[in-house]
Amino acid sequence: MTGITDAAPRNVLVVSDLSVEYRGEKRTTRAVDRVSFTIGPGEAFGLAGESGCGKSTAANAIMRLLRDPAVITGGSILFDGRDVLAMSPDELRSFRWREVAMVFQSAMNSLNPVMTIGDQIMDIFTTHEGMTKKQARVRAAELLDLVQIDAGRLKAYPHQLSGGMRQRVVIAMAVALHPTLLIMDEPTTALDVVVQQEIMAQIGDLQQELGFSILFITHDMSLMIELCDRMAVMYSGRFVETAEAKGLFANPRHPYTRALINAFPPMHGPVAELTGLGEGVRFTNIPDLVEVSPGHLAALDSAGTHDILGGRS
Amino acid sequence: MTAQPPTSRPQPGASPQGDPVISLRGLTKDFQVGGLFSRRTVRALNQIDLDVERGEIMALVGESGSGKSTIARCVIRLEQPTSGQIVVDGVDVVREEPRRASHEYRGKVQMVFQDPFGSLNPIHQVRHFLERAIRLHTGVGRRENIESTLEELMATVDLPADLLDTHAYELSGGQRQRVAIARALAMEPQVILADEPTSMLDVSVRIGILNLMRRLRGAKGISMLYITHDLASARYVADRTTVMFAGELVESGRSTSVMDHPAHPYTQLLLSAVPDPDRAGSYDPVERARLRNAVLHSASCPFDGDPNAGCSATEPVRHAVGDPADRHWVRCHMYRPSAEVAARALAADKSEDDDIAQPAARGKKA
Amino acid sequence: MSATDPSEVVILAAADMPEKEPRAASPRRRARPEGLVRSLLRNRKAFAGLIILAGFILLALLAPVIAPGDPSIITGQGAQAPSAEHLFGTTPKGQDVLALTLWGSRSSLLVGFVVGLAATAVALLAGLTSAFFGRAIDNGLSLITNVFLLLPGLPLLVILAAFLPPGLGTVMLVLTITGWAGGARVLRSQALSIRGTDFVAAAIVTGEKSLRIMFREILPNMASIVMITLLGVVIFAIGAQAGLEFLGLGDPSVVSWGTNLYWASNDGALMSGFWWAFVPSGAAIAFVAFALALINYGVDEVSNPRLRSARRRPFGTGTEVAR
Repeated sequence: MTGITDAAPRNVLVVSDLSVEYRGEKRTTRAVDRVSFTIGPGEAFGLAGESGCGKSTAANAIMRLLRDPAVITGGSILFDGRDVLAMSPDELRSFRWREVAMVFQSAMNSLNPVMTIGDQIMDIFTTHEGMTKKQARVRAAELLDLVQIDAGRLKAYPHQLSGGMRQRVVIAMAVALHPTLLIMDEPTTALDVVVQQEIMAQIGDLQQELGFSILFITHDMSLMIELCDRMAVMYSGRFVETAEAKGLFANPRHPYTRALINAFPPMHGPVAELTGLGEGVRFTNIPDLVEVSPGHLAALDSAGTHDILGGRS
Repeated sequence: MTAQPPTSRPQPGASPQGDPVISLRGLTKDFQVGGLFSRRTVRALNQIDLDVERGEIMALVGESGSGKSTIARCVIRLEQPTSGQIVVDGVDVVREEPRRASHEYRGKVQMVFQDPFGSLNPIHQVRHFLERAIRLHTGVGRRENIESTLEELMATVDLPADLLDTHAYELSGGQRQRVAIARALAMEPQVILADEPTSMLDVSVRIGILNLMRRLRGAKGISMLYITHDLASARYVADRTTVMFAGELVESGRSTSVMDHPAHPYTQLLLSAVPDPDRAGSYDPVERARLRNAVLHSASCPFDGDPNAGCSATEPVRHAVGDPADRHWVRCHMYRPSAEVAARALAADKSEDDDIAQPAARGKKA
Repeated sequence: MSATDPSEVVILAAADMPEKEPRAASPRRRARPEGLVRSLLRNRKAFAGLIILAGFILLALLAPVIAPGDPSIITGQGAQAPSAEHLFGTTPKGQDVLALTLWGSRSSLLVGFVVGLAATAVALLAGLTSAFFGRAIDNGLSLITNVFLLLPGLPLLVILAAFLPPGLGTVMLVLTITGWAGGARVLRSQALSIRGTDFVAAAIVTGEKSLRIMFREILPNMASIVMITLLGVVIFAIGAQAGLEFLGLGDPSVVSWGTNLYWASNDGALMSGFWWAFVPSGAAIAFVAFALALINYGVDEVSNPRLRSARRRPFGTGTEVAR
């Protein structure tokens, strides 16, 4: 090893044993429980899970956007080798949006309704890069072009655009400063299926062109297979399975993963009855991930099965 | 207009028995939007002709803004149609009960709403919802013990009876939806309208609710109108599927037939957009643009020369497709939707006016 | 929904669970959120307000015990500063100020709460009717409400009081007439918002009658805003009553804080600097209003968890890491 320059590119994001708690007046909940994953340069990593599993909390933790009552209680987050949790407020200011950017859930509804799209995009450039308005306008037009929106729409107000267009504007704003990592939290949930497909294609194109890594969060597993290289499934704050996207779909090992995949009835073949996850089913005491085949880890205990708490209380 | 069987001309896809539980003819609904100085009329539904047979689940699919929820709200009498017939169980309700629904009607037609967190009043216990439903509609007197009926209802929707004494906010989304279904069932209705009942639920519990719907149809013979934007669930749960675009119906038939052999470009467009792991990477923008264009301005119709129905650009003619047993029909490709309507629905530009089906966007409504 | 959306305010009160909070490892049955009253008692502001208010009510009830006899009887020399014999001193006429203040509380609090209840009841009726019975009635009621809101309050009070026979009844009537409109606006808005929810639609679809929906479905969800309106009107009533009486438009023979102030002014206590003659009554009004305002804040905080004062540190400055 010595004497040989390590030519492997450094991982963009290394999350190790991250834990986040919500400290309320009456009780404390573990929202994220010893979660670990890495994202390499140009890689798209998918994080799947349902409401309340902690995926949004984990994403917010990466960008240090958590606030009371959420507290990061353990683990580390390394971005490009730097310790994110130790960054000062000044460092964080330049870290956010320049190096990591986020597209939030329902972001298209959080555009400022009383400012034009153009002004909002230009704001990014004038604030972060200290550009003049003129320069910013040029960059804003380029950005809209990147997401295939006519530059004339710079003068439009958010309510004059469709949901899909607004989402593209938001995505454009997120990539404005060419961040290394783009976090997207359910970017297509509120959109119709047709628009959703177009947005996904747009994201793929942008990634090809600008080369950023993606952390893609969603509850819809089938969206991920197109975009993501690797995926993880999250339940109750813990990872239950992680693998290469195609491999996960082809061979899901954890019952929860299987339930998520089966939740979407097939579009072909005879209509056969599917069994969903019963409502009383809870997975408790989720063990650590173990490798079940190269690159494919699942939270199965040593017997290869998993403790399922079924039935009613 | 008398309450005769709605059309004398046999419609392609008409049922052999001819006794649908819901029959819509020419249903039209306009909304007034805009402020004091710019009022305009938006046509949410345009001449809808639709039948729901007894004992079947009919899916109504379309994107948001297509008007599918508006149809439900008209049938459930939360909205007043602008014109057209709504014939339920043989009775033309718009004509017989023009101003408000009768008590009897409420007992026949019930609804399950989309938002499980909003459709149960937070101050009441589960017991209250079911009890009120039973008392209002099944002639059970005040003093009679309905405990066993309540327990039966809970069992029908797979909920433990001890949840009767809990409040709605203590339950999960899936459980609440089951309570909502139980409330609808309590009135022993003939038809249940389900407006996107699973779209706000966690993905892993959706199948359970869909299975419950299938069971109810099978065991109790309750008809359902299942409104959704999710084609996969429509295929799974519904006997027949009707596709809606911009306030008009474009295709209908047995679910598997419509989805395996879609005859209308809009249906094809919807199907191509359903995420399918087996078909990853197949998005083709050129094909998408072609389909969009075909929906709005088709130059030809593959059913040209249909002996039963001549193509027309102005009348929404229906052509029969495939096996008559599938009752599969498609609207003539030559039909031009009105420019305003079509541009609104598929255009890149949409203003918020188009969410008119949502009561909140329109403010209060008497 | 914004933080101030009234329907969200109400429903959060019942559920006490903001959507973002994870359900990780939570039992299927969550603990029952406590009722409005119990959470009020826990809230510091509300508790303080309730204590003060309770104190005043107690004193009002015990006035015949603490200061027996007619308080307007002259019991000492005029304009004496506070002393052992007259704890609050005497008025220029020679009446015991403590007795007058204690007895005054009875009238002031009575009128305050009666008017509060009456005006809130009228406002509630107007608001619910507006929300529920259709556009025509809503427009009509809104017009009436707006007229009453636009009419300048004090001149209206003065005119009505001047023309009607003097007495506590007049005061109460006049204050109710001028005090209901503000609450009506707020309550209508809240009722409309609830009217648009799915659970009201579900009740309609179930076949419930309109009146039943109004009172059994909509009204219970409005509890906190009704309480806030009520407290607000009570504050208004106590202050306005004092104001009317100070102007001489009340019934001068009644002993109340307002008339105490009136007589203090009339008898020259203000001019001559005999502060003990008017400060107690004035302070009493201020303290009661303060107590009610505290309770109001408390109700607000309880209904809308986002307003709770707990540890609100600035956004993302790094204080959230606790490794």
